[in-house]
Amino acid sequence: MKQGIPGTTIFDGVQAQRGFALNRMCFSFNGAENRAAFLADEEAYCDRYGLTDEQRTAVKARNVLAMIEAGGNVYYLAKLAGIFGLNVQDIGAQQTGMSVDAFKAKLRDAGR
Amino acid sequence: MAHIIGAIGTTHVPAIGGAIAKGVQHDPYWKPFFDGFPSAHCWLDQARPDVVVVFYNDHGLNFFLDKMPTFAIGAANEYKNADEGWGIPVSRPFPGDAALSWHIIESLVAEEFDVTTCQEMLVDHAFTIPLALLWPGDDNRPVRTVPIEINTVQHPLPTPARCLKLGQAVGRAIERYAADISVLVVGSGGLSHQLDGKRAGFINKEFDLMCLDKLVSDPAALTRYSTVRIVEEGGSQGVEILNWIAMRGALAGQVTKVHSNYHIPISNTASALLVLQNDPPPIEMRMAG
Repeated sequence: MKQGIPGTTIFDGVQAQRGFALNRMCFSFNGAENRAAFLADEEAYCDRYGLTDEQRTAVKARNVLAMIEAGGNVYYLAKLAGIFGLNVQDIGAQQTGMSVDAFKAKLRDAGR
Repeated sequence: MAHIIGAIGTTHVPAIGGAIAKGVQHDPYWKPFFDGFPSAHCWLDQARPDVVVVFYNDHGLNFFLDKMPTFAIGAANEYKNADEGWGIPVSRPFPGDAALSWHIIESLVAEEFDVTTCQEMLVDHAFTIPLALLWPGDDNRPVRTVPIEINTVQHPLPTPARCLKLGQAVGRAIERYAADISVLVVGSGGLSHQLDGKRAGFINKEFDLMCLDKLVSDPAALTRYSTVRIVEEGGSQGVEILNWIAMRGALAGQVTKVHSNYHIPISNTASALLVLQNDPPPIEMRMAG
């Protein structure tokens, strides 16, 4: 946030270091067997990747803003969201505190 | 000698892959987007490229934060796609052109672009979707490919000025290639969108339309932006415009706009298509150059 764009975290070296374990776990979700392993035992899977307490709590709460705060990058987090069948409108709605329909309407309105 | 026939910039939103797989191109939501493409197909039918050089950004399929190249170029005769985690169908492998890749690599490094070379490189939706849009149908495209990947994940990102220069250097390399082939350059991604943070859903039509205009007539105008400024104006993932800037840099001739389309929204993104033709410059300009 040091660059000061409202509601935006620049994913720089600080964030990349902070989020390494969380992003590495999410990167593993390219593999179907890893997605299945996460679903089978989420706690054990988070252990395996050495998530920090902050990252663990954010993942457990399915809280995208908290994951970003903990260093998550949305390109990797999207793979976690995909496990729960959530798309980018779903996570957009969650982050902006809107209903999914209201978030979609906001996107449509941007074209007017 | 090789010749660059033109360039096509297109959005690569993953949901497009889903829409193609489901065959819903004519649904009201998708139609304004897919309706942009028949004009591009007509132009491609005439132009018939042998090779497509694709500037794109990996989203965590091939590259991770353990080793993150700023610029990476494929140097293989085949590129595989793979599961990205959220269910879009996996494409068949794409034929490469290793000889052209290595020619471009030699030329780039000689010009002090120290790129990462990849003899194995998984290509993600940012590579596969533009090709699926430009050659719809049976996953069997009549072109060889050279992927050039630009880091848009981890800041510091390369500047727009650097990406334009990269594109120019790639263009020079191609035009010096001895084989008599036609080359299309593709820029993948954008335009404005932001997936993350409290500003998720940010779209900036005015900025996008300015970019589309400058990409035709005055790409250097976009080099006055820093990458962080592009995030501010175009959203966190709107920085994919870097791929378009590199694409435009490769065109050194007389550039004319064949077709463009702009539609909001596709998924969270302002979608765009831009088809540019690249003709040899007039003789007096070539003499002067």
